[in-house]
Amino acid sequence: MLSLSKHGLRELSFDRLRTTERPRTVVASYHCARQSPRAMEDRFGLNRTVTLPGPLALDGGGTLAPVELAYESYGALNADASNAILICHALTGDQHVASAHPITGKAGWWSRLVGPGKPIDTDRFCVIAVNAIGGCMGSSGPETLAADGHPYAMRFPVVTISDVARSQAMLLDHLGIVRLHAVVGGSMGGMQALSWAAHFPDRVAAALIIASTAKHSAQNIAFHEVGRQAIMADPNWRGGDYYGDGQNPGISPDAGLAVARMAAHITYLSEQGLTEKFGRRLQARPENPDGAKTFGFDADFQVESYLRHQGLSFTDRFDANSYLYITRAIDYFDLAEEFGGHLAHAFKQTKTRFCIVSFDTDWLYPTAESKSIAQALNAAGAAVSFVELTSPYGHDAFLLDTPGFDAVVSGFLCATC
Amino acid sequence: MLRADLAIIAATVPPGARALDVGCGDGALMAELRAKGCDARGIEINAGDVTAALARGLSVIQGDADTDLADYPDASFDYAILSQTLQTTRRPDLVIDQLLRIGARAFVSFPNFAHWRIRFALMYGGQMPVTKQLPSRWYDTPNIHHVTIDDFRSFIAMRHIKIEQQWFLSGDRMTTSAGANLFAEHAVFLLSR
Repeated sequence: MLSLSKHGLRELSFDRLRTTERPRTVVASYHCARQSPRAMEDRFGLNRTVTLPGPLALDGGGTLAPVELAYESYGALNADASNAILICHALTGDQHVASAHPITGKAGWWSRLVGPGKPIDTDRFCVIAVNAIGGCMGSSGPETLAADGHPYAMRFPVVTISDVARSQAMLLDHLGIVRLHAVVGGSMGGMQALSWAAHFPDRVAAALIIASTAKHSAQNIAFHEVGRQAIMADPNWRGGDYYGDGQNPGISPDAGLAVARMAAHITYLSEQGLTEKFGRRLQARPENPDGAKTFGFDADFQVESYLRHQGLSFTDRFDANSYLYITRAIDYFDLAEEFGGHLAHAFKQTKTRFCIVSFDTDWLYPTAESKSIAQALNAAGAAVSFVELTSPYGHDAFLLDTPGFDAVVSGFLCATC
Repeated sequence: MLRADLAIIAATVPPGARALDVGCGDGALMAELRAKGCDARGIEINAGDVTAALARGLSVIQGDADTDLADYPDASFDYAILSQTLQTTRRPDLVIDQLLRIGARAFVSFPNFAHWRIRFALMYGGQMPVTKQLPSRWYDTPNIHHVTIDDFRSFIAMRHIKIEQQWFLSGDRMTTSAGANLFAEHAVFLLSR
């Protein structure tokens, strides 16, 4: 992780943030894709997009139409379409679960877990992953062109986690998948999995919810608000209207977005993890490999340098307005509220099998929140499993190689294989 | 090969029953019950055991019998099972109340602290016995409420709990009810209200 010393400090300085422009070519190409009636096989594979007529009724009262969805599938759907697993991504994740990211070129965010012979075995299952609406990787979001030919920007409707789940259900209809073998998600993906199980109980045989919660806490809303205010305070944000047009490339509010990412990134780690990885060690410099205090405000400490790098690189692949919309969707998530205030009511008579996984150093979605989901499911008489795994890496543990995790995932998904 | 007390339980629970195994370990009994077509669920406090059970595709909640049984609705299982766990709970009396609230019937199995070998070890050795059934030493044992078969019988009578069936084991062999408190290493009771 800590290859940052090879970066010069100047490269990591915030001066660069204010002048960079997010490359949007790859994302923009998605918007050009329009679906004609296609053969079945064209609906499956990597880098798929579809424009569904909708309308998608939204929790906020409005509708979205048409609904553009960018998605990928891995592995083959079987003859009776019974082996589909929907993987829902987290706040800054996307549909590139196990394929190279089109902008960064990095391996998919869950390629450790998803693939042939892996715990989510694509030799056995057809894995589907969809970019959440409100996002910026090809599904309808603030970057999408509205009917007037200009990007929605802040005209895009505020969507909820359950809206995201409903948009995914529309995609599954399009793909001819009536019932999922499982819906799987970590963090915000876990919220979608819960929403799926609550709103579409007949369409979900099993739900695997990892490092997640049934309602976003005050502390977490507070962190999101810090991020949003950082974006909105960036002079380049311009009320969200920064996309430019054919003649003038826009200047995106990268400095604000980078700060938002830095603040959020701290919540994904743990004190133990940060101490192990960085401690109070100083950043190496060309003239001093052990680093030295500058008695100034450069990134003296390795942890500062790391965070600046995280913030900076994030702006290459994420849209600031999307960050506003997706964090809002998460803030609004309170599944019990959608079911009369009792979480157990969300799962009345459910036949879905559940597995809830938490990590002991995750303070963003602590074990107690996972446990309360398990309790509600128990009260509803659901077949529920719950385990707290041990990891030093905080919330991010769900993306990493945590002992026991793979066995739990494969065991749960193949219980009835 | 199932442990002897678990084999008795597995043989007694009818196919198709709903069973909750409290302190299910790595899920050996649950796997057997699942194979019989039962809907088996479990609770286990040890994360490693929970992981092992989940890896077998079983439904297990990491939790504590002393506190987490309260989350289960009344009469939600045909059988609640507590095998070799009673003596590790902080309040065995309350746990048994919970078992009989959650399950129509409850299996309780425990090692008998009045077995002759233990009595002799204590009488002649003068030290807390370490046996095959009770392999831990006094300072690291999870068994914090040692109980004898006669203790349990009088407790059950006092609480007006009905004994539907009972089994007494010396090693893997059955032994009689009359001499159980001296000759049985292990007891299995099937209880109801």
